[in-house]
Amino acid sequence: MKAQEVPQDDNSTYHGEKRAVYATTKDGDYGVVASSGWDVEAEATQQAVAELQRLADEAYAACETGKCSPLEYHMYAKRLDLLSLSQATGLFQWRIKRHFNVKNFNKLSDKLLDRYADVMGITISELKKLPQKES
Amino acid sequence: MSVASKEFIHKHAGHCESGVMSTMLSHHGLAMSEPMAFGLSSALSFAYLPFVKLAGMPLIAYRSIPKAIIKGLQKNIGVKMKIETFSNQQKGQERLDVLLEEGKIVGAQTSVFWLPYLPEEMRFHFNGHNLLVYGKEASTYKISDPVFEHVVEASEQEFLKARFAKGVMAPKGAIYYPTFVPENIDYASVVPKAVKAVAKRMLKTPVPIAGLKGMRYLAKNIRNLESKDRRYARLFLGHIVRMQEEIGTGGAGFRYIYASFLQESGKILGNETLLEASEMMTAVGDSWREFALLIAKSIRSKKSETVDFDAIAKKLESIADEEALVYQKMLTAF
Repeated sequence: MKAQEVPQDDNSTYHGEKRAVYATTKDGDYGVVASSGWDVEAEATQQAVAELQRLADEAYAACETGKCSPLEYHMYAKRLDLLSLSQATGLFQWRIKRHFNVKNFNKLSDKLLDRYADVMGITISELKKLPQKES
Repeated sequence: MSVASKEFIHKHAGHCESGVMSTMLSHHGLAMSEPMAFGLSSALSFAYLPFVKLAGMPLIAYRSIPKAIIKGLQKNIGVKMKIETFSNQQKGQERLDVLLEEGKIVGAQTSVFWLPYLPEEMRFHFNGHNLLVYGKEASTYKISDPVFEHVVEASEQEFLKARFAKGVMAPKGAIYYPTFVPENIDYASVVPKAVKAVAKRMLKTPVPIAGLKGMRYLAKNIRNLESKDRRYARLFLGHIVRMQEEIGTGGAGFRYIYASFLQESGKILGNETLLEASEMMTAVGDSWREFALLIAKSIRSKKSETVDFDAIAKKLESIADEEALVYQKMLTAF
């Protein structure tokens, strides 16, 4: 890629930052060019972020009606899934799934709740409820 | 080391691990560009591991496994690194602070999710992000993150969280610094070894998930998306682009960095074949960018329109053919 062809698409996901891309000068010499983004990459990033948001929204709606515990919502909101939450907490996936049940979740000890809260970087009281909806 | 206390110079890099090593070695008197650090550790690769899932998506990698650049440089140019990990967070922080007080610059493995200076959209649970800590003021760490154009900062608490994130590849507070840096590099003997290792790996890896075979296998799987759930299919395609462009590869899944390495080596050694291989690799990189563009167009298209999986798969197969020629060329360079 030539230096003047390096995309400068001002990706909103960069928040004004720039990424180093390798490209060639007129004489064919390689060097770093700071890029403000590429639409193609932004598309893929936004798609992934939107998918996580969709999962979190679905869980939020289900939790509101008592169909699942806030744990499931917080998991997606913190960009985790069953596998990565299991890996981070060291708990079996089937055990975490049980905690998605409101009844089981309400019986959890503070020690276990803290294990979840710690890997999500929130407090136990935050974990126990759904956040206020932004609107 | 006597040079350790000199002024630190931050450098903007395409990739975190090669960026850290390039800046660290240059700081210690062995000037080394990022592409040279990447190339001399034979870091270019391709792997498609459908059975290893990352956030519900199969692992697709354009480079060798994390820490391979640090290890590869130790093996190939004789740098000696000390890597320390900790079971106790407090001790991990104290040790880092002691090293900083000695005037050292220290590499650290962190989780992207907990780094406060990263844009929200870029924060995913990935535990293999490398950066350099070059100082501490009060309770704030001064950080040189290679993928940023400028230096950044993190508080004690934030940085501790990032260093001790849990899960796959948990960093366990890993910090590293060189204990020996050679004064110069014998390019004439190191470059051929490093170049051949990459060519052989890409051409001849016997398992179907790595090298060019891995690319063809991925192409086959892209074709199979036709029968899969539409949403999953689109996410899968987007995931390929993210692994290729978003995670910090210098563009085109490290192909441009590698082309830059081939060019620099070709100039140092006066090797025409390497210079030709560099140009060919640049063309390969351009093809990867076209491949990403093709995917972006198809995931952008609204609901009812069908995605041409066959065309995307064909493009990937043609890139595999194109890359094969570069590696064959690289093998004839010495």
